[in-house]
Amino acid sequence: MALHTLELTLEPATAAGPVKAPTHIGVTGSSDLEVLIQPEDLSGKVSVKLVTPVTGFDALWERVLRKFIDETSLSDTRIEINDNNATPAVVLLRLHQAYTAANAA
Amino acid sequence: MTQHDTRKDWRTRAADTAARKEAAAPLFAKGKEVLAKDTVALLEAVIRAGDVINIEGNNQKQADFLADCLNQVDKSKIHDLHMVQSAVPLKSHLDLFDNGIAKKLDFAFGGPQAARVAEFIDNGKIQLGAIHTYLELFGRYFLDLTPRVSLVCAYKADRKGNLYTGFNTEDTPVIVEATKFKDGIVIAQVNEIVDELPRVDIPGDWVDAVIESPKPFFIEPLFTRDPANITDNQILLAMMCLKGIYGEYGVTSMNHGIGFLTSAIELILPTYGAELGLKGKICTHMIINPHPTMIPAIEEGWVEAIHCFGGELGMEDYVASRPDVFFIGPDGTLRSNRAFAQTAGHYAADMFIGGTLQIDKYGNSSTATAGRVAGFGGAPNMGCDPKGRRHPSGAWLKCGEELPSLDSLTGSVPRGKRLVVQGVETFGEGRKPVFVDELDAWKLAKSANLDIPPVMIYGDDLTHIVTEEGIAYLNRCKDMETRMAAIRAVAGFTEIGLTAKPEETKALREAGIVKTPSDLGIDPSRATRDLLAAKNMRDLVTWSGGLYNPPARFRNW
Repeated sequence: MALHTLELTLEPATAAGPVKAPTHIGVTGSSDLEVLIQPEDLSGKVSVKLVTPVTGFDALWERVLRKFIDETSLSDTRIEINDNNATPAVVLLRLHQAYTAANAA
Repeated sequence: MTQHDTRKDWRTRAADTAARKEAAAPLFAKGKEVLAKDTVALLEAVIRAGDVINIEGNNQKQADFLADCLNQVDKSKIHDLHMVQSAVPLKSHLDLFDNGIAKKLDFAFGGPQAARVAEFIDNGKIQLGAIHTYLELFGRYFLDLTPRVSLVCAYKADRKGNLYTGFNTEDTPVIVEATKFKDGIVIAQVNEIVDELPRVDIPGDWVDAVIESPKPFFIEPLFTRDPANITDNQILLAMMCLKGIYGEYGVTSMNHGIGFLTSAIELILPTYGAELGLKGKICTHMIINPHPTMIPAIEEGWVEAIHCFGGELGMEDYVASRPDVFFIGPDGTLRSNRAFAQTAGHYAADMFIGGTLQIDKYGNSSTATAGRVAGFGGAPNMGCDPKGRRHPSGAWLKCGEELPSLDSLTGSVPRGKRLVVQGVETFGEGRKPVFVDELDAWKLAKSANLDIPPVMIYGDDLTHIVTEEGIAYLNRCKDMETRMAAIRAVAGFTEIGLTAKPEETKALREAGIVKTPSDLGIDPSRATRDLLAAKNMRDLVTWSGGLYNPPARFRNW
């Protein structure tokens, strides 16, 4: 099964800075995904690389990620996502878990 | 009085039954026992073309041998049967229509045969009466759909015809009573014919023939959910349900659907529920089958009473060992009864909570999809506001008090309202949006020539929607505009959700009509499997003190 890669660069409305420490959350299991999140100087932007077996949902991914960036005002952060058919709800939950863990570290 | 009785014969049904039984007389081996090899001949003797026939088809136990035998009768003699039965989950149930033996169908639940039901309606093999709720269909057994012959199912029988239906009594009493007391014929397949029964569930004089089936009847563990498959997101929804609904309204009596969300709720009662101080205040009386995921909460003393529609494989010993909670017979085993459990779930319980495949922009929900006539099982009887209810309770009154439009219908007279909750992720399997502009049920109605789209829960009965975005308190909405806005606000990234206006959602949150996890004081990062009192099947066995005996396919350790 060919995997689909989506790369996005997003910019928060107001930049609150990067996460504190590199963090890994979740597993690439059925209906789930893993998130790697780390601080990196990206001129205030957030870079996302997503690998997923599902095609046809690029616009949905972008909406979900934009909501996460808007809610957290995250900037200067690199996010990698390896997905196995997670729903948007699970994606957002894992992103928030990664964000919380990365700042608690 | 007899001199006023001018009609010649008031006993035509009894005479007809006697004639049919006379034709079957040579087939009886000993007492009411008929040998398995003579079953087809028995059915040919007692069934006539055009009869109303019931094959006991429940959620779980199935009169599968009798269904197979009915498929083997001479269809030049027996045809155009009108099948009335709760469920048609077996291939043999539909083969009757394919084989030209049966013609008309009135039922409640299609399950795995849903696609064939739709196909056969479309190509004319099935003439559909209606898709019912269970209680509605049971009611019609005593009104205009009384079976002429019923083919039922029990664990054991004696040669006088007494039946032991035991743990999985389910529909047997209601079918047999309707059939026998209108001079019908009752035939039972049993796993074993014995000299003495553990207890009598159906008296022998209501049963005409018993047959020891060549193999035990088919039974499925439909209500077993492996905690290992519960996701963090389901736990987040479960936390919102407990805090924002169970705790908010003090819901003590309820039915839980069979999805993973309700399993998650059951498994966080002893952890998150205890932390919220809800023990003794919620979930004390439940109408559910013996869900294995209820074991930790039962063991922790949350539950006072559970009445069951049917049993659940593997839970026999556990349930029998907790007679303070379950309804146990003098013989020491569970007695379930779908008609009574549905009655309690419909009239007596304060809440129904379950999931669905689709919710439209008005709040109507359905699991019907184009090409599948599945029916809805127990959900619609419990997932509605019972207009015949008169007894008050805290949760029922509060839910009604919050209804802003109540006075437009009852003036100054107060009335409560059943809580009907749908808990869903905004996107389901395969990223199919749950929130839709129009239910697929409309397409199904068209393709299968139904008069109305099959709706599982109507919008006016639905009081709460829970998604990962939050809770929509639909009972607090004054009109359809507000309801639709509240639904949009929790519909996430679906097309419906994207039409939500931020300022409108803000106003709904301020009015307490929509609550997000943070409005409820819930930290989503706490929503992890650590909250589950049991994380896998083995934990459930441990909680049960070794009394729960999971079916082989769930023994994964």
